[in-house]
Amino acid sequence: MTVRRLADVQPDSFDFTPDNRAWADAQIAKYPPGRQASAVIPLLWKAQAQNDYWLPRAAIEKVAQMLDMPAIRVLEIATFYSMFNLEPVGRHFIQMCGTTPCMLRGSNDIKAVLEKRVGEQRHVSADGHFAWLEVECLGACCNAPMVQINDDYYEDLTPENFNKLLDDLAAGRPVKKGSQTGKASSEPEPGKGTTLTDGALYDGSVVGSWRARFDEEKAKAEAAAAEAAAKAAADATEKK
Amino acid sequence: MLADKDRIFTNLYGFHSPGLAAAKQRGAWDGTKLLLERGKDWVINEMKASGLRGRGGAGFPTGLKWSFMPKPDPARPSYLVVNADESEPGTCKDREIMRNDPHLLIEGCLIASFSMGAHACYIYIRGEYILERERLQAAVDEAYEANLIGKNNVHGYPFDLYVHHGAGAYICGEETALLESLEGKKGMPRLKPPFPANMGLYGCPTTVNNVESIAVAPTILRRGAAWFSSFGAKNNAGTKLFCVSGHVNTPCNVEEAMSIPFRELIDKHCGGIRGGWDNLLAVIPGGSSVPLVPANEIIDAPMDFDTLRGLKSGLGTAAVIVMDKSTDVIRAIARISYFYKHESCGQCTPCREGTGWMWRVVNRMAEGRAQKREIDMLLEVSTQIEGHTICALGDAAAWPIQGLIRHFRPEIEKRIDDYAANPHSEPARGFRAAAE
Repeated sequence: MTVRRLADVQPDSFDFTPDNRAWADAQIAKYPPGRQASAVIPLLWKAQAQNDYWLPRAAIEKVAQMLDMPAIRVLEIATFYSMFNLEPVGRHFIQMCGTTPCMLRGSNDIKAVLEKRVGEQRHVSADGHFAWLEVECLGACCNAPMVQINDDYYEDLTPENFNKLLDDLAAGRPVKKGSQTGKASSEPEPGKGTTLTDGALYDGSVVGSWRARFDEEKAKAEAAAAEAAAKAAADATEKK
Repeated sequence: MLADKDRIFTNLYGFHSPGLAAAKQRGAWDGTKLLLERGKDWVINEMKASGLRGRGGAGFPTGLKWSFMPKPDPARPSYLVVNADESEPGTCKDREIMRNDPHLLIEGCLIASFSMGAHACYIYIRGEYILERERLQAAVDEAYEANLIGKNNVHGYPFDLYVHHGAGAYICGEETALLESLEGKKGMPRLKPPFPANMGLYGCPTTVNNVESIAVAPTILRRGAAWFSSFGAKNNAGTKLFCVSGHVNTPCNVEEAMSIPFRELIDKHCGGIRGGWDNLLAVIPGGSSVPLVPANEIIDAPMDFDTLRGLKSGLGTAAVIVMDKSTDVIRAIARISYFYKHESCGQCTPCREGTGWMWRVVNRMAEGRAQKREIDMLLEVSTQIEGHTICALGDAAAWPIQGLIRHFRPEIEKRIDDYAANPHSEPARGFRAAAE
């Protein structure tokens, strides 16, 4: 549980762009009639994405109106779920995972970098580039430590490559998403697994290879049926 | 070691394309119609016979769960909801399935829905997994386009699949909280009964399953229950994705047979413990919710549900968090306590107040600023939280602390003594407080 309040300075109004409006209608159509409230999280999320990654009161009220929900219910959602930012977050919003698996792999060093470069949590840096927040497990534990910056994960961090990453972002240079040490995902070593090396898995030879079991079963069942039929026929002739 | 030909997730690391053509080449969507033609009873019986236990943490038999769904009723449609709200610290397996092998999951959704008479399925993916959501949505679109799913699909079973997402609440991994969230409310768990199989999503019969449980189903049906149950010890059948994180040389996700000894798992796939086996301190074998197990007990233990329960821990989601002797184990558990304090939904008093209380006390213990009698007090309070809440988050918050006290009480006492011998305003060792 954390206390989450709306920002002091709020824009006057909010409306979805026509594209986002169409997108929102498609989301609402996913749910049965009368259950449009189900779309509240996707809609708030889109509103946040449209509004520089934070959610003003006007957007909350707009979503409530679109979904025919009381505004307080939507406000509840916005304050309950931690991914809704209720205040401005800078151009690059850094969420640093600090939970135990990342902590064991050195997230405290990453935190030190952020404290030094960006300052305290929940504050936009003077140049407007960064704001950061320590969050709970982001679910990339095999690639710890990691951060999420806006939509993207940056994994396998060290103070060196993280500093470089922040430099590149600040300078507007292209950056590599995902692992910063060259891993494709969560394999043991970059590009190399201890498993899944058997080429036969990928050449299409597995397709249909399992059907023998079903064919055998079918053949057995057919043989049994034929035998039963023959027996019945034999019995019938005997009776005659 | 499990042979490659017996692995279900053959694109776990994303070395190959997640697209439909490549997935088909790897054996997905192969003869799905043939499987469905054998009928729902066959599917459920085969799942029961395979011995698959739910991969989301609780280990409830999947086939049995599917069989609980009532007969289809037009007034109350049945739903399958897939729990992809993977947030248990240490767990990162479903993420790889969704971004690298999404078609196995989609095919599994069709088969599972068929077996329980559901014509609609929602996949609830955690909000932070944005890339994963896009990949999964792309795969769903591909499946619709190829008419593998949809109203008039080639399998002759009308079926719609929707991807839904959350917004960063751990509690939404609890099945009834997930349903609340999916209905557009705060993710607060519901009292049970009624169970979701009777009153779930929108008050209709619903089954909630983990991503991995659903994604393994098509392969189990193709290759047979006997094949799947040939791995692992009795009652702990099958193959399992293990997520090894922490102090190993090469942390990774890997699919292995259940009941693989801990030592073999680490040596084969993770390059051993950092600093060698003598440097191992303790292991959290199933995600942050289960108590830790000290090195000497875990080293040769088979990694499965029953053995780990015997060690007063659990397999959970098979998220193995390894800690070597450089770890400040009290600090590590204090950080987990902070996690539960942060993620408590605030509905039940013992959890809302208790998680914060436990965090503050264990945090003081990590600094040494505590009394020894408080250790027993902490233990007692943790048992007052455990079992006294609507959902299992209260239990999950209590267990790591109970595990810490059970195995590392001398460590806590020593920390208190060290501080008492040299009282000062700074913590006993130069550690900063966890978060906040």
